[in-house]
Amino acid sequence: MTAQAAIVGIGESRVGKVPDRSALQLQTDAAQAALTDAGLRMSDIDGLLTTPVRVEHWNMPCGVVAHHLGIAPSFLATLDLAGASGAAMIHNAALAIAAGQCTTVLCVAGQNLLSHGTRAKAVKSMAEGGSAHPQFEVPYGPLVPSLYALVAQRHMHEYGTTAEQMAQVAVTMRHHASLNPNAHKRDPISIDDVLKSKMITSPLHILDCAIVSDGAAAAIVTTAERARDLKKRPVQLLGQGYGLRHSHIGNTELTTTGAVDAGRDAFRTSGLKPSDMDFAQIYDCFTITVIVELEDLGFCKKGEGGHFIENGRIGIGGELPVTTHGGLLSGGHPGLGGGFFHVIEAVRQLRGEAGARQVKDAQVALVHGNGGVISIHCTLILGAA
Amino acid sequence: MDNVSERPLPTPDAATAPYWSAAREERLVMPHCLDCGHYHFYPRTLCPQCSSPRLEWAPCSGRGEVYSFTVVHRAPSPAFASAVPYVVGAVKLQEGPHLMTNIVHCAPDAVRIGMPVRVVFEKVSDEITLPVFEPLAAE
Repeated sequence: MTAQAAIVGIGESRVGKVPDRSALQLQTDAAQAALTDAGLRMSDIDGLLTTPVRVEHWNMPCGVVAHHLGIAPSFLATLDLAGASGAAMIHNAALAIAAGQCTTVLCVAGQNLLSHGTRAKAVKSMAEGGSAHPQFEVPYGPLVPSLYALVAQRHMHEYGTTAEQMAQVAVTMRHHASLNPNAHKRDPISIDDVLKSKMITSPLHILDCAIVSDGAAAAIVTTAERARDLKKRPVQLLGQGYGLRHSHIGNTELTTTGAVDAGRDAFRTSGLKPSDMDFAQIYDCFTITVIVELEDLGFCKKGEGGHFIENGRIGIGGELPVTTHGGLLSGGHPGLGGGFFHVIEAVRQLRGEAGARQVKDAQVALVHGNGGVISIHCTLILGAA
Repeated sequence: MDNVSERPLPTPDAATAPYWSAAREERLVMPHCLDCGHYHFYPRTLCPQCSSPRLEWAPCSGRGEVYSFTVVHRAPSPAFASAVPYVVGAVKLQEGPHLMTNIVHCAPDAVRIGMPVRVVFEKVSDEITLPVFEPLAAE
């Protein structure tokens, strides 16, 4: 059913430090870029999906965004699967189209997370912002990175994963970002740079952690039929899955996640398998996240993720290029919209529009979003039409 | 929460007040299912294993082992600045559940996964006492 929906337009605002744009302006920039890309006009949009923002209080984000864009869609909703929201917006758009509620859905997310306030306030508000349980975790003083550090430490203990292997993920993401003109952090780094960067919460150094950015991304989803008449090569949604095994990390096993369930269902609904994927857009809020997710999604066995990412396997030209735009570690991370850039990049690659970082003959890709503390997962399988 | 210098403390609610009352009396309690016998944490109002609402607050051994840990070097807010480096740990209790805590009375670089620990109590305000854990070897 969902194979009848296609992504026909993608757009990004400027990403990085963009102090002259509000959250709504960034989203508008991305939406207009996606419309131009698709050859559509704002008046063609009859569905709207967005995510909450953290920098302002919007009483109904989908209504605020729709009103700002001057549209009155016949379907609109605000999705919050935290970091999995970007992937989930595409599937929810496909569902709304399949149900006949609308034909052309604008999915848009992003904000000025970097420029909105001070760094100290951002760190504190993230630490107390719900990733850690307000009663049973926050009082013990974890940073958000500390929650993932618990995962990393346990993974190292159980499987012998090393700091160098985690650093390799950061180095690869930075290299990919260096090939992406709109990426936030583009200066190359080495494994040594990561290992010598400030230890934040062991075993995670600052370069093992996602950056904080301003930016927004948008995609337009429509029927396969309508997609055939538009400018760009459509990208179809071939399958999807969801997973949730815990809400808070202090009360769960640490090295296997709901990505197992999301990936299994995405492969089942698409009729494909991990070895069919030409590349994978894996959520990379921390270096360890990529290692755990590659295992859980079935690209390698549990415990082998650290070895898997070595020897250039996840780089452009490798066996499985991963997160080719530079991801949250280097490409940009404006909060809930961050994982949406993984979707945008997948579309770009599947059209053959990725320039210096193009994956050769890219036809099928997996996109994975993770929210909370490797809590909630959404996996998409996308294919060039 | 707007005052960056204040340590964030739990605000007990109807579902969690018994846990914090017990902690104030230096007792660790866990929700325990009267139907299936499962202990769970953090506290819910139905058993996550069998969905039974028949739960009791059962005393807990307070013994367990370090399941994972991290040494925090950069404080999340000024309230924790004087404490760095400190250890945030996940402890696996003998009764089964895991909980987040601090590992105390131990040099941060001496903490190890699998290290046996026991609960001790840190009074942080008139209302709130936090269960934290120390190495069993400190006895």
